[in-house]
Amino acid sequence: MDWTDEAIVLSTRRHGETSAIATILTREHGRHVGLVRGGAGRVGRAVLQPGNRVHARWWARLEDQLGTLNCELARAEAAGLLVDARRLTCLAAACAVAAMALPEREPCPAVYHGFTGLLDSLAGTDDGTAGAYVRWEMALLAELGYGLDLDHCAVTGRNNDLAYVSPRTGRAVCASAGEPYRDKLLRLPRFLLTGETPMPQEVVAGLTMTGYFLTRHVLTIMPSARIRLAEILAGGA
Amino acid sequence: MSGPEIERLIKLLARLPGLGPRSARRAALTLIKKRADLLAPLRSALTDVADTIRTCGVCGNFDTQDPCAICADPGRDASVLCVVQDVADLWAMERAGAFRGRYHVLGGVLSALDGVGPEDLCLEALVARASEAAVVEVILALGATVDGQTTAHYIANRLQAADVSISGLAHGVPMGGELDYLDEGTILAAMRARRPV
Repeated sequence: MDWTDEAIVLSTRRHGETSAIATILTREHGRHVGLVRGGAGRVGRAVLQPGNRVHARWWARLEDQLGTLNCELARAEAAGLLVDARRLTCLAAACAVAAMALPEREPCPAVYHGFTGLLDSLAGTDDGTAGAYVRWEMALLAELGYGLDLDHCAVTGRNNDLAYVSPRTGRAVCASAGEPYRDKLLRLPRFLLTGETPMPQEVVAGLTMTGYFLTRHVLTIMPSARIRLAEILAGGA
Repeated sequence: MSGPEIERLIKLLARLPGLGPRSARRAALTLIKKRADLLAPLRSALTDVADTIRTCGVCGNFDTQDPCAICADPGRDASVLCVVQDVADLWAMERAGAFRGRYHVLGGVLSALDGVGPEDLCLEALVARASEAAVVEVILALGATVDGQTTAHYIANRLQAADVSISGLAHGVPMGGELDYLDEGTILAAMRARRPV
């Protein structure tokens, strides 16, 4: 068993004095775990920061073994985000959600490519990073089989004036049909339909919506970094 | 090979950082060979430390007195607090001799996957200390890692209500570091933190 792949570091746990057990998201092999010798050392720690892009090689004698990982740094994404609280929390939230939500060793290229897009957005200077994060969580839900259907109203079949999402089915509901049930429905932020740069309160609504479906279907508990991200964005809304 | 007492000593030594079973065996043998010079003084030192060690109720440092020698030192600048992750970091700062203020040991950093939340850190005491009238600056001396800097931002947010200036350690090229040998992350951080010469 031996493969090489592009990957994103999701988390690292110290193992002994100098080694680490790293969780990475690979392009073709999904979420994978492996022992990184020297991963807890001075050089290894810098490479294995969550969010960093690496060239990974994994090998083991048998497929069901933990295996050994060798990670060579491709792009140090984390280092560029350390001074920006919002972007850093966004990165930490994405890594934590991916590490907890994705099944191990199941290829999910769409989530990987979505994640690289999110990293590019975080490394850039535009204001749309929080919106990109919400879209990435929606792609994650879709990859896991809990995609939201935002094309048509579940009640009328219309594809305009969509304003809510049903918490039971994950389908969009238009404003007129959803008005009597507005307290029970989730608000559908407009930027998810139009692709425009979202206002802060719309991002908060998006996080509430994806967070609801993540905790309902995928996660037993919401990672603290994801909770903090929602708090930070709500504070700025 | 040897009696149960010596085997027990070797097993306990092997649990110390930096020592494996073989090096622990060598250390035990050295202690046994130099009973008068090493073993007896070591036993005495261990007993003394075990009897007197305390966690400082003010900053979280380890010392044989409470408050610790740093907190009790009137020559220290009480207006500046340096927040560190662990006692090892406090000792590193003291070794450097670059700081003459007081410390606050957090006892860890926030970690989403390890389940370390704000309630697991010594944060309330920090907020209370930073709110004291004498304190004018809080230095966040936390690691240049995602968890370390996430914690720094969280603390900065928590201390907004306190009337103090908040600063963090610079990230960049280490002393004696040559650019050719640095990782890309360090070079990126150093470039972003560049200053006029």
